[in-house]
This record gives sequence, C-alpha cells and structure tokens, in this order.
Amino acid sequence: MLEVCNIDTFYGKIQALWGVSLRIDEAEIVALVGANGAGKTTLLNTISGLLCPASGSATFLDKRIDGLTPHYIAELGISHIPEGRRLFPVMSVRENLEMGAYTYHAWKRKEETLEEVYRVFPLLKEREGQLARTLSGGEQQMLAMGRGLMSRPRLCMFDEPSSGLAPRLVLEVFKVIKTLREQGITILLIEQNVKRTLEIADRAYVLENGRIVSEGKSSELLQNNHIKKAYLGL
Amino acid sequence: MDIIKFTSKKSFSIGFIGFVLVLLAALPLYAKGYTPILLTSIFMYVILSVSWTLFSGPTGYMSLATAAFFGVGIYTAAFLGKTLPLPVFIISGGLISSIVALLVGALTLRLRGIYFAIFTFGLVMLISNLLLFWELHAMETRGRFVVIVDYNTIYYTMLIIFVALMLTAYFIRRSKFGLALQSIGENEEAAAHIGINVTLVKVVNFAVSAFFIGAAGATIATRWTYVDPYIAFNPLFSFLPVLMAIFGGMGQLYGPVIGAVIFAYLQEILITRFAELYMLIFGVILVFSILYIPNGLVGLIQKWRKGGQAGEHASN
Repeated sequence: MLEVCNIDTFYGKIQALWGVSLRIDEAEIVALVGANGAGKTTLLNTISGLLCPASGSATFLDKRIDGLTPHYIAELGISHIPEGRRLFPVMSVRENLEMGAYTYHAWKRKEETLEEVYRVFPLLKEREGQLARTLSGGEQQMLAMGRGLMSRPRLCMFDEPSSGLAPRLVLEVFKVIKTLREQGITILLIEQNVKRTLEIADRAYVLENGRIVSEGKSSELLQNNHIKKAYLGL
Repeated sequence: MDIIKFTSKKSFSIGFIGFVLVLLAALPLYAKGYTPILLTSIFMYVILSVSWTLFSGPTGYMSLATAAFFGVGIYTAAFLGKTLPLPVFIISGGLISSIVALLVGALTLRLRGIYFAIFTFGLVMLISNLLLFWELHAMETRGRFVVIVDYNTIYYTMLIIFVALMLTAYFIRRSKFGLALQSIGENEEAAAHIGINVTLVKVVNFAVSAFFIGAAGATIATRWTYVDPYIAFNPLFSFLPVLMAIFGGMGQLYGPVIGAVIFAYLQEILITRFAELYMLIFGVILVFSILYIPNGLVGLIQKWRKGGQAGEHASN
C-alpha cells in the first residue's frame, strides 16, 4: 500500500533521514520505534508531504507522492495525527471534527463519518459543543484521533498517541487502534511504549540516528537482544 | 419555542438591516450637502476596517498593507479615470490591488508574526517611493489630477462596495473557506495536517480583502481630485483600520463596522475642533480600549447580553 524507498531528508544542511525504506501492506499495523531524535516524526512528516525528501521515492496506492503538497496527499487517503494533538483550541469538538473532513471527498460524507466517529468515541458526542481547549488530555487525544478519522483515510499515521496519558487511557488508545484495523484501516504507529506497541503491531521498523537498523515481525523483534536491551530495558 | 424565538429574531435583524439600507440608499433625496460627504468618508473607513478584519481577523496575520492596496486603487483611478467609465476604473482599482496582493502574498505569507507585519508595512513605503521616483525622473511632475465625479455618485459607489463587502464577508464566515481561515489562525500546522492548502487559502483571502480596499481607494480618489504618492500611500491608512477593528471588536462581523463608524465620525469632529490633538486622543482611546475592553465593543455587548440573560434565568 505504502512503499518508501531510500529516502533522504534534510533540515537545511542537516541530514535527518539516511536512505530510509519502509513498506506497509493493506490492513497491517506497522510500528516505528526508536529513541528521541531518531527521525520517527521526520519520517511521518516526509510521508505526509510536510517535508520534501532530497532523494528517494514514496509510493502510495501505486502513485508517487514524494514532492506532492500535504493537502494533495491528504486527499489521496493518508491521515496524519500529529504528536501533541494540535487541535483548534477555540473551536468546538464538533467543529474540530468537521475540519478533519476538509478534503474534497470526505466533506461530502461528513455527517455519515461523524456518526461513525461518535460510535468509536461516544464521549466526543457528549462533549460535542464544548471548546476543544476545555477537554482533558485524554479527551483531547480522542478528539485528535477522531479528527484524523474524519477524512475517511486508507492509511492512518499516529505519532505518539499515548504521550502524556494516564496508563488506563493508554490502554484505551491501543484498543481504539485495534478497532480501526478491524475496520480495514491500515496503521503506521509511532510509540514510546515499545512493548505494548510491538504486541499489537504485525511488523515493526527500528529507527536509529535516521537509519533503519532492523525490521521484521513484531514477535521476532520482541525476542531480539538488541531491542530488548535498548528499548525494553531487559 | 426556541425555534420561533430564533426565527423571529433572525427576521427582525434582516428587516432592520433592510430598513437601514433603504434609508442609506435614499439618503441623497432628503439629506443634501455635507451628510452624504461625511457618510462617504465613514463608509470608506468601514470598508478598510472590515476588509482588514476579513484577512487579519481569522488568520491572525497582522497586515499593515492596507495603505498599499488603498494607494494602488487611488493611483489606478488617477491613471485610468480620465479615459474609462467609472465602474470600469473602480473595478480595475480593486483588481490591480488584488494582483499586487496575490504576488506579495505568495512571496511573504510564509512569514509569521511581526515579520509579516513589518514586511507589509515595508510594501507601503516601497510602492510609494517607487511611484515617486518614477514620477520625478520619468514624468518630471509630482502627483496627478484625478477625474472629478459628483458627490452623490461617489456616495452610491461607496455604498455598493460596502454592501458587496459585507455580503462577501458574511458568506466567507459561513463557508468551508471561512472555517479553513479560522483553523489557520488557531493552529496553522494542524490545518496543514488535515489537508488544507494553507498557502492558497491565505493568498486568496488576502487578495479578496485587497480587492475591496483598492476599489474604495479608486472611489475616494475622485473626491480628492489631486493625489501624489504621499497622499495616496499615507501610512495612516494602514494603522487606522487596525485601530478601528480592535476598538469595535473582531469577534463579530459588525464589530469593525461599529468601530469604524465611531472613529470616522470622531475624526470629523476632532479634526475641525482640535486639529493638533486628534491623533493624541485616538491614541489614548486605543490604549484604554486594549487595556479595558480587549475584545472591543462587541465583547462588551456580548458580556452585557450574557449578563442580561443570566439575570432573566435567575428571575425565572
């Protein structure tokens, strides 16, 4: 579904990604793990078009997407739920969700999608008229995820959806991600919580200093000594 | 019950707006001389202030380019007014301002905060000095005469531009485009994430706002009869609309309208009575309104209304 091939990305003169390649198949959950500053967010930003790679290619549903603008890539069905939620603070919950359906094809079906999103996050329906900034951290994360789903994406990229949440809410987030996959949405997931992430993901890539250092089935990576030492503290 | 209340309130405000418009449209029939001239000035300030808010209100980009677009409109009238009919050169004034806004916007709307404000203000100086240079060196005359149009025609032109602007502003606010503008103001990065073409939205809105500013400039130029770059690109026309919009409040469409009406009228009075002091008085009013009514008159009205409603509930 998504094929990233030998991507190099720079911030000015500083190279952040070095020949990164990654593949995601339909209806998979693929995890991207790595320490802070390894380039996980940079890779997501490159895929969603916020950054332009200096070389390499990215293909989504057999279409080249590297170098396209973010709004065009969003239109193709990639939804990027950024780290730190980035809501519209003085818009209501409902307005935030509606803005998520901004892309042309999603706007036409926004009422229907809204019902679906409310079914996944019943709490958001209760809070419909409230301003986004008045929500609690967990509710804000739900809203950010809901807004990401409003564009009816084929591929959802979550950037640390559990950061700053209480353990019980973290479980909730992982549960939602599983439900989304059952609904046929493909998922690329960045998480600090490596153990839990590898448990729900089918495959994973490990990013270190801007390079992919290992990849494979999550179950195999969980057994890998280097991973155990570096990320699981075992 | 609520629905009935709502619709009756809505039809009341539509009726009220219609009534005021009829009064304004018929004005030259019953009020002669000074009144239409004064109202033309007031409309001009309302147009500048609402146009400024149309762009800077939702996006949060502080534009000081108003005087540039205004001046471009004025000079368009000066160049084309003698050869072309009135509607044509006024629309041209708006369109040329829009084109300038498109070019400048595409170049500079990636600047944020104070940098954007400084650049847009620099634009005023740049165009004004380029024109001056060109007039002095190529034409060897400074300034030019503008075709004279009678006061009632100017009044009606301004009124039409005002109505067109209000309709445009109203529909933008309620459209998907308006939502996009608001989301850019609230969190531009998130707006890009959800698939809004942020550059396009900003630049198009900047150009729409410039269109009305330019058209107002082309109209008022015919009253001034003589313009030079210093008159046409007076930086006051960048600052006054901002002041008026802040004083009126940007939360509602009528905010900058009220602000501009009050300030334009105040200006007329102050200029005739305390010519040296009037900018000082403006400044003091601005300081006090920022300190005590940060959301402008609109904020004050809404607070007062809410207080009233709370009282009603309590008495019920």
